[in-house]
Amino acid sequence: MEAFQEAIAERVAEQQRHHGMAQFFWVWGALLGMTAIEVYLTYQHLQPVRMLTILMGLSLVKAALIIGYFMHMKYEISRMKWLTMCALVACLALMMIFFPDALRILSLGVK
Amino acid sequence: MAEVTVPHDLPAVYEPSLFGTYSKKIGMWLFLMSDSLTFGAILYAYSYGRISTPSWPTPFHSESIVNATIMTAFLLTSSLTMVLAVRASVHGNAKAQRLWLLATMACGIGFIVLHALEWSKLIAEGLSLPVFPKLPGRAAVGEFANVAQTVPQFPATFFGLTGLHMLHVTLGVIYLGVVALRRNFIPILLVFWLAAWLGTPSYSPFHYGAHVLLAAAVVCSIILWLKPKVYDSSDVEVAGLYWHFVDLVWMFIFPLVYLMSARIL
Repeated sequence: MEAFQEAIAERVAEQQRHHGMAQFFWVWGALLGMTAIEVYLTYQHLQPVRMLTILMGLSLVKAALIIGYFMHMKYEISRMKWLTMCALVACLALMMIFFPDALRILSLGVK
Repeated sequence: MAEVTVPHDLPAVYEPSLFGTYSKKIGMWLFLMSDSLTFGAILYAYSYGRISTPSWPTPFHSESIVNATIMTAFLLTSSLTMVLAVRASVHGNAKAQRLWLLATMACGIGFIVLHALEWSKLIAEGLSLPVFPKLPGRAAVGEFANVAQTVPQFPATFFGLTGLHMLHVTLGVIYLGVVALRRNFIPILLVFWLAAWLGTPSYSPFHYGAHVLLAAAVVCSIILWLKPKVYDSSDVEVAGLYWHFVDLVWMFIFPLVYLMSARIL
């Protein structure tokens, strides 16, 4: 079994040998650039909901770049990509069910 | 009762992996997915507290924002050096692999040090938790002491969220240290433990938190002596997945906790 796993690992390593190095520097630059935009926006006194929307949008793009390029998910097979990401996003989205309750507390004035 | 003879001299036939990759990597992905839910739950709890508390404080001045931005740059740069370490390992360049791993650890340590300094500053200014040791000699006064009294959810969620993340980064540095240096890392880890323990005052949470390093040294010693091995490119890649994950989580903590709680005049 160990030899079989090593053979798969070697095949994965062989695929990675063909990835260009420049793309990692581009991704790193994009991540730093988006972070700079986030900090710049903090100094612009935007309305909180608009600010939150932009920040979360940028965070999702940054997360996608990290998962796709740095964590090599872009190069995995479709089954791996779709099963893991769909399961994760579905579980995280389900947690949002609690937010209306927070708004209810706000409207009731409960301390 | 039927007896079955298992032949040992025949080449084994295995089904191909369902996910097209090796088991270690799939295992790490499953762990990271479960850990995502842990951080997701805490981030949602933070957001819930914020929505339901109209007087949520925005105490972070420009100095804190600049500090957190430098911390973010450290983590992003560490992700780049980690990718380069993985690349060096798949090309069989052991020396470059070790150097990039050490660079990644240096960025991680930079992040932890900056974060610890920020925590110490906030605690000295009165933002604290009941479980933290009391500051000797004087009661905390000022803006942060007021925040801790009027909105106790703020220090609870702030220290809970950033503390759990700092623990993950610390364990990540140790993980990379073991992969890069193997047994040679244990004495280095013990030196870090002694420095953190003896170099922090007794009223600092890091004085007690330093013992995480001692516990990690014991666990790593057991693993390295019971199952010594030379870590190959798959081990480096799996360690890299963990490291990128702590970077990924920070991409949500930074805007939600710091930027959305900034007070820029």
